[in-house]
Amino acid sequence: MRRANPAAFSMHTIAAGRPAARHHIAISRWAVTAFAVAAFVLVPIATIALIAIADTGTLWSHVLVHVLPQSAWNTLVLLTGTGIVAVAVGTGAAWLVSAYDFRGRGVVEWALLLPLAVPTYIMAYAYLDILSPLGPLQGAIRWVLGFDSPRDFRLPDIRSMWAAVLIFGSVLYPYVYLTARVMFVSQSANLLEAARTLGVGRAQLFWRVALPLARPAIAVGAALALMEVLNDVGAAQFLGIRTLTASVYTTWVVRADLAGAAQIAVSMLVFVMALVLLERLARRNQRYASSAQRPRPMPPQRLRGWREAIALGLGVLPVVVGFVGPATYLVISAAKRLDFAGLSPALLRATLNTVSVSALATLVVLLAGFAVAYAARLQPGRATGLAARVATLGYAVPGTVLAIGILIPVAAFDRSVDGFMRSSFGWSTGLLLLGSGGALVYAYAARFLAISVGGIESGLSRLPLSYDQAARTLGQGPGGTLVHVHLPLTRTALTAAGLLVFVDCMKELPATLLLRPLNFESLATLLYGEAVRGTYEDAAIAALLIVAIGILPVILLARTGRLSRD
Amino acid sequence: MIKIAKTFGLATLLALSAAVPALAEEVNIYTTREPGLIQPILDAFTTETGITVNTVFLENGLIERVQAEGESSPADILMTVDFGALIDLVNAGVTQPVESAVLEGAIPASLRDPAGNWFALSGRARVVYAAKDLDLSAITYEELSDEKWRGKLCIRSGQHPYNTAMIAAHMAKHGEADTRTWLEGLKANQARAAAGGDRDGARDIAAGICDIAVANSYYFGLMSSGKGGDEQKAWSDAVKVILPTFEGGGTLVNVSGAAVAAHAPNRDEAVQLLEYLASEAAQKLYAEANFEHPVNAAAEVHPIIAALGTLTPDSQPLTEVLPFRKRASELVDEISFDTFSN
Repeated sequence: MRRANPAAFSMHTIAAGRPAARHHIAISRWAVTAFAVAAFVLVPIATIALIAIADTGTLWSHVLVHVLPQSAWNTLVLLTGTGIVAVAVGTGAAWLVSAYDFRGRGVVEWALLLPLAVPTYIMAYAYLDILSPLGPLQGAIRWVLGFDSPRDFRLPDIRSMWAAVLIFGSVLYPYVYLTARVMFVSQSANLLEAARTLGVGRAQLFWRVALPLARPAIAVGAALALMEVLNDVGAAQFLGIRTLTASVYTTWVVRADLAGAAQIAVSMLVFVMALVLLERLARRNQRYASSAQRPRPMPPQRLRGWREAIALGLGVLPVVVGFVGPATYLVISAAKRLDFAGLSPALLRATLNTVSVSALATLVVLLAGFAVAYAARLQPGRATGLAARVATLGYAVPGTVLAIGILIPVAAFDRSVDGFMRSSFGWSTGLLLLGSGGALVYAYAARFLAISVGGIESGLSRLPLSYDQAARTLGQGPGGTLVHVHLPLTRTALTAAGLLVFVDCMKELPATLLLRPLNFESLATLLYGEAVRGTYEDAAIAALLIVAIGILPVILLARTGRLSRD
Repeated sequence: MIKIAKTFGLATLLALSAAVPALAEEVNIYTTREPGLIQPILDAFTTETGITVNTVFLENGLIERVQAEGESSPADILMTVDFGALIDLVNAGVTQPVESAVLEGAIPASLRDPAGNWFALSGRARVVYAAKDLDLSAITYEELSDEKWRGKLCIRSGQHPYNTAMIAAHMAKHGEADTRTWLEGLKANQARAAAGGDRDGARDIAAGICDIAVANSYYFGLMSSGKGGDEQKAWSDAVKVILPTFEGGGTLVNVSGAAVAAHAPNRDEAVQLLEYLASEAAQKLYAEANFEHPVNAAAEVHPIIAALGTLTPDSQPLTEVLPFRKRASELVDEISFDTFSN
C-alpha cells in the first residue's frame, strides 16, 4: 500500500552525472554505518528465505499445481493490463501538456499528478460504492432511461479483472506521466525540429521521434507502477482478483502454513526482481541520454477552437477518474459521518499515532539513507555501492511478507532482553520493540529506505567533488564539510525524500497490522478494521485524511517539476 | 547517529505508550475478530470490575505473533471467530487449560474443550439471504448448487473460514467426490466474483445482481436494526432470511470463542473476563449488540434473530467437521472457486 518515489527518479533524470574524481578518506565510520544499515534491511529478507526452506510436506505440490498457475496468471494479466493503461494514459497526458498549449494547461499539468495521493485500496473501496447499481451513477442512468429498479437495468459488475485494470491504471499512471513528461520537456528541440524539416508531421513526431527517445523513462515509470500493483492487498481483495499476494494470505492464514506462504512470497520476488532489473536497465540508458547539456525545450503548439476543447477534456479526464471522483465521494461520506457522530476520539488518537510514528520513522529513514548515500560518496567503491543496493532491497519486498520477516527477529530480540532483565534483575521490560511501536519504525525504515537513499544519492551526485576540496582547503574537516556544505545543498532532496517517506509510512497497512502494539490504531488500520466489520463509520474520514496528507508531496512534486522546466 | 535517533525515538514512543496506566489491573486481548463490535461488552466489564481491557486486532498472524513473543508475550486472552481457528490455537500450543466452575456452568459441554483450552462464546448460523419477492421459504445447503440458481448466487471468497467450514461440513456428510460436484455447482451459480463480505450479499440482492446469497445470521440483524446506517437498512429490507439445513440434518452453526494464552501475565484477570463473557449479562449483550446466538442458555437471542424462525443446529459436532477443513480449502483452489468466469 505504498507509493514509490517518483521524485527520486525524476531527479535522476535531471542529474548532471556523477563526480568524476575518486576520493579516498581514511575514516570509514560512514562505511561501517552503511553496512550496519544494510544488515538491518537484510535480516527480515534472510528470515523469509529461511522460513521458505522449511519442510512443508505435501503442501508445496498442491500450491504448485493448483494455486501458483492461476494466481500467477491473474497477476500477469493484471500487470499487463495495468501497464498498458498506465503507459497509454501517462505518456499520452505527458505529450499533451508538453507538445500542445491550451487554456487551463497550467492547472492540468500539475493536477494530473493528484491521483498519486489516492492509495489503491481507497480507490477500489470508493469505486465499489460509486459504481454499484445502488450508487449515484447507475441511479442517474436509470433515471434518464426511465427504469425503476436495478433489476430492470444495470451495468456489468465492477468486481472483475477489467475494472481492476482500469482502477489500478487510473491511479498509477502518474508514475509514467512524471517520468515521460520530464523526458518530453527536456528533449532537444533541435532533434524534433530536424525531424520536422524532414517532413514529419506533429503526430508522427510523437511516434517516430519523441516516443522512442522517451522509452527508457516510460519503462522506469511503468516499473514503479507495476511494483505498486504487486504490493496491493486490499484493492484486489475488494475486487475479487486472486493475485499472488492474495495466495500468500490464504496459504498462511487458512491453511496455517507459513512456510508455504513464504515459498509463494519468494517466487513473487522473481517478478519484483525482474521489474527492478528492467527499471535499472532503463535508468542506465536514461542517465546517458540526459547527461547532455540542458537542451532548448520544444515550443508547444497553441491549440484553438474545438481542438483546444478536446485537449482540455483529455487532460482533465484522468484527473476526474483518478482523483476528483474518489475524493468527492470521500468528502461527501465524511461530511455525512461528521454530521451524524462528530469526530470520534478513536479517530483523533489514530491520527496522532499515525503522525508520530510516521514522523519518527521518517527521521530514521532520512538519517540511515543519508549515511548510506554519504558513505558511497566519500568512499566510492564496490563495497559501499553494494551496501546502498542492499539497503534499498526492502522496497522490493511486499509489505505482507516483510512484516513476517521482521516479526520473528524483533520478537526474538524483545524476548531475550526481557529474559535477561528478568533473570539478572528480576524486572521485566516487556516487549521493548513490539510493545512500543519500535517494530513499526523498523518495518517502515526497512521498507522505505530506498526512497531516501535514491533521493539523497541523486541530490549528492549533483554536488561536484570540487566543493568538498574547496571546503577542505578552507580548513573544514569532514564534519564541517558535511554541516556547512553538503547538508545545506541537499536540503531540497532531503525534504522531498522525507515527505515521500512520511506519506508512505502513513499509508502503510500490512506491516502495521501485524506489528502494532496493543490499543494502537493508525489511520490505515482503523480504515481496514471498519472495512472488515463492514461498518465504515469513521472509515471515510480516515480515508479522506490519508488522501489529504498524500497531496502534500504531490504539491512539492508539481513545484519541482516546474522548476526543472524554467 | 542512527542508534541515537533510534533510542531517542524509542524513548518517545515508550513515553507515549506509558499513557496506559501500568499499575491498574488490566487484561490484554489478541483477537482475529475485529474488536469494534464487542467493545460495548468489554466496556461493561471494565465498568463492573475496574479492569482495563486492551485489544489488538490481528486478522492474520495472531499465532505467529504469540509464538514469536513467547514467554514475554503480554497476551492474556486469544480470541477468534471460526471453530477451526480456535482449535488451531490449541494445536499451536499457545493456550493453557482453565478450570472454572463458572465457565462449566455457563457453557454447554459441547461448546468448550473438556480440558479447558478453549471456550465458545457465541454462535452464528450460516444462512441464506433471498430476495424478498422470491418464492422461496426453505432450502437445503445441497440445493444451493441446483441449476435453477445459475448466475443467481452471491457468496464471499471460498477461502474465508465461514465458507471453508461450510464446505468441510458438507464433505463430512457426503464425502469428497460429492462435495467437489456440489462446489462446482456453487461456482457455476455465482452471479459475481466471490469477494467482499457477507453484507455485500444483501447489498447485491438489493442491487439486483443476485437472487440468493450465503451469509451469517447476525449481519442481517446488524443491518436490519439500523446499526449499520440507513444505507444498510435498505439492503436488509430487500432480503428475507432463510435458515437452510443439511438434508436430514440442521443448520450449520459456527462459533466465536476464546482461550487463555499460555504465558498470560494476567491469568486471573483473563479467567475473570472469560467468566464475564460467558455470564448472562454479557451473553445478553452478545445477542443485543451483535445479534449472535448466546451460548449461555440463560440469555436469549435478539427478537430480530428469533423472528427468522426456529434454529435447529446440525447434529454433527464441529469436531467431526474439523478434519475436512484442509481438504475443503484445497478443493476451493482446485476448482478455482474464487476466479469468476461465468
